[in-house]
Amino acid sequence: MRRLPAAVAGVVMWIGPLAVAGEAQAPLHDSQYSDADIAYGATLYAARCVTCHGTQGDAIGGVNLRSGTFRNAVIDRDLERFIRAGSPAGMPAFVLDNSEMAGIIAYVRNMNAFDAAAVKTGDATRGRAIFNGKGACTGCHRAGAAGSIVGPNLSDVGAARSAGSLQRSLVDPASQMMPINRPVRVVTKDGAIVNGRRLNEDTYSLQLMDDRGTLRSFLKADLRDYTVSATSPMPSYKGTLSGDELADVLAYLLSLKGQL
Amino acid sequence: MGGKRRSLASAFAALIAVWSLPAQAQVTSQRLVAASSEPQNWLTYSGSYYSQRYSALDQITPANVKNLKLQWVYQSPVAGNWQTTPLVVDGVMYLTQRLNDVVALDAITGRAFWTYRYTPAQDRIVCCGANNRGLAILGNTLFMGTLDAQLIALDARTGRPIWKAEVAITKDGYSITHAPLVVKDKVIVGVGGGEYGIRGFIAAYDAATGKEAWRFYTIPAPGEPGSETWQPCPKAANIFCDPEAWKHGGGSIWMTGSYDPQLNLTYWGVGNVGPDYNGAQRPGDNLYTDSVVALDVDTGKLKWHYQFTPHDVYDYDSVQVPVLIDNWANNRINVIAWANRNGNFYVLDRATGRFFIGEPFVKVNWMSGFDERGRPMQTPQPAGRPTYPGNQGGTNWYSPSFSPRTGLFYISAWEDYASIYSPAPSEYKVGSNFVGGGPQNLSAVPGAPGLGRSPINTWTDAAGHGAVIALDPSSGREKWKFKMTDVTDSGILTTASDLLFTGGREGFFQALDARTGALLWKTNLGAAINSGPITYRVGTRQYVSIVSGLSLFVFALDE
Repeated sequence: MRRLPAAVAGVVMWIGPLAVAGEAQAPLHDSQYSDADIAYGATLYAARCVTCHGTQGDAIGGVNLRSGTFRNAVIDRDLERFIRAGSPAGMPAFVLDNSEMAGIIAYVRNMNAFDAAAVKTGDATRGRAIFNGKGACTGCHRAGAAGSIVGPNLSDVGAARSAGSLQRSLVDPASQMMPINRPVRVVTKDGAIVNGRRLNEDTYSLQLMDDRGTLRSFLKADLRDYTVSATSPMPSYKGTLSGDELADVLAYLLSLKGQL
Repeated sequence: MGGKRRSLASAFAALIAVWSLPAQAQVTSQRLVAASSEPQNWLTYSGSYYSQRYSALDQITPANVKNLKLQWVYQSPVAGNWQTTPLVVDGVMYLTQRLNDVVALDAITGRAFWTYRYTPAQDRIVCCGANNRGLAILGNTLFMGTLDAQLIALDARTGRPIWKAEVAITKDGYSITHAPLVVKDKVIVGVGGGEYGIRGFIAAYDAATGKEAWRFYTIPAPGEPGSETWQPCPKAANIFCDPEAWKHGGGSIWMTGSYDPQLNLTYWGVGNVGPDYNGAQRPGDNLYTDSVVALDVDTGKLKWHYQFTPHDVYDYDSVQVPVLIDNWANNRINVIAWANRNGNFYVLDRATGRFFIGEPFVKVNWMSGFDERGRPMQTPQPAGRPTYPGNQGGTNWYSPSFSPRTGLFYISAWEDYASIYSPAPSEYKVGSNFVGGGPQNLSAVPGAPGLGRSPINTWTDAAGHGAVIALDPSSGREKWKFKMTDVTDSGILTTASDLLFTGGREGFFQALDARTGALLWKTNLGAAINSGPITYRVGTRQYVSIVSGLSLFVFALDE
């Protein structure tokens, strides 16, 4: 199992003002890289890259990460491949999950503009307390052994989703909802109504987990009505949680790297 | 029962079935004890703690079985010999597929609710294919042993892992291939690796936490009871002998045990001794290899044992699923019935292990009979001469069935099948193959290329053939026999309508009359059947499922 060093997992930075100002529909950053990814990447860089590449990204001859001078990479996919494979010149191969890779690349592409002084630091331990307490996230979600199974399980969400996606999902859940998690409402021919989360579907049948956590399968021929909603049942936490609290929750979510 | 009462009762049963469909109540340990009273489900690997693979469902009958229609197929994405038996719980089918995936399917449509993939360690050491034979369930938790000797608990509703316990270190030759057995609050598993010089054991884990509760070694350490059967090497030995043979004496566990709730004993069949064939380097009876052990389920303490093949040199694993029968031969004695790989059918007292009968069900020449305590009188064959049954046994791990209605015990047998054994010294090296020589199949034309099986069968009957044999367990005598041209590795299912379902290497899935052995229905599924059929009901409809090749097929009558 891969596990992030606790020091990295537990401390994630957050560009406060931008995030708080982030409107649901407006882009959070004018580039393709989200601020949360850049900030997450900065912590990963400090933990795993800085020893060789230096704080300015120019400690290796012929390479200047800050100015985008690479020996072997042009596009992001080149960078990703190079980081995973390593180099005979001395760079080790890195095993990174999706979140980490998105973060590292976002940071390397934005080292020049990144202002460490402008970020707030999220704390995963505080975030966990909010997740289980004030945020009431466990009412629908599960992380590890605790929480409800009705919503998507978040035990490895910190490995599967980028920091930017997680950040957006807290303030604009519908924008980040994966199609397979869309809420469905089923009305059977005898009038029974079942609400749940779609797990699988084909031309003739539909599989879901209902809002009591039971696995259900329906033949479409037996249904009077069947609707899939693009609206998430999850509330936006914008306004409910402060910028600091959102940063803490994000740090906690990014620490959820799966159990087994 | 009068017609009116019957229809009222079945209407009530149907009502219960429909009503309970979306409920998916937790599978309590009480439900597991009474598993055969809810035949709509298949709650353990062998269908119930008695492991009879008998179902009370009776919608499919000898009269209508010819109308069975394919309902759905689930295809595994991974090639190889697929040996799984699914569980069915309240309309959801859970099954393992190679390597260590778990899939939850809607039992009516075959569509997936979720999948879980575990990637076993690269340095795993597993004999004979990447097999996993199934799961156990308790509450909302599924349990799977893995090829790299881990035990994993999963949430049955989501497929998410809950805990993982390391049962043994895989690179030392350990693996888990069988379905665990859940009893009360414990998950019981054993380890495979009989061809890698392991020291076998059965262990129980707390179902909630994965913490080990007890462990029973199938090979006793010096000083422990049974260790006297690992005798010292002769002094003037000019033959290779291992003074510490017990340390890698095998005794693997690779099929699921059974449980008697009244006696609180769990019964497990123990695999071959290591090395398999070279007896000279491990003098003595080599307990508890090739034995059944009866363990207290709370403590793991050995209550009794019976050794089927003392000092085995034929690889006669006794891993067969123990089948429990009450009121044997109308004598109010509760017994274990056991068709052994060594070619004999046994009946033992479940409380004491006392030997009642042992009768060959196929041609046997490694022994000539039993003494009064049930010890076989061994008759080793001269070098180069065939030993019956051969290396794969008169039967093997294929699940047998017992029908309380017909009173018959059903075996997937290899008849007239022999091997020629050539033992050789084998030095133990961690994680290396440790078998001590090897067997050859008896060949019709010695020196010619080996005989083929599939897709073109070039075996002759001189090399043996498969059969379903129905025995009267009170005498061990054959009642009927259904002969196949090729051999069979299929399990057997019987039902309350006196149907028997089974497969074989030829790929036929067939229904026989359990009373007479008459063929009632067959269908060609296109690849060898290496698992056991099960039956279940969703709503009012009875289904039968079987794995052939890479596919799981589900049949039912048209509505």
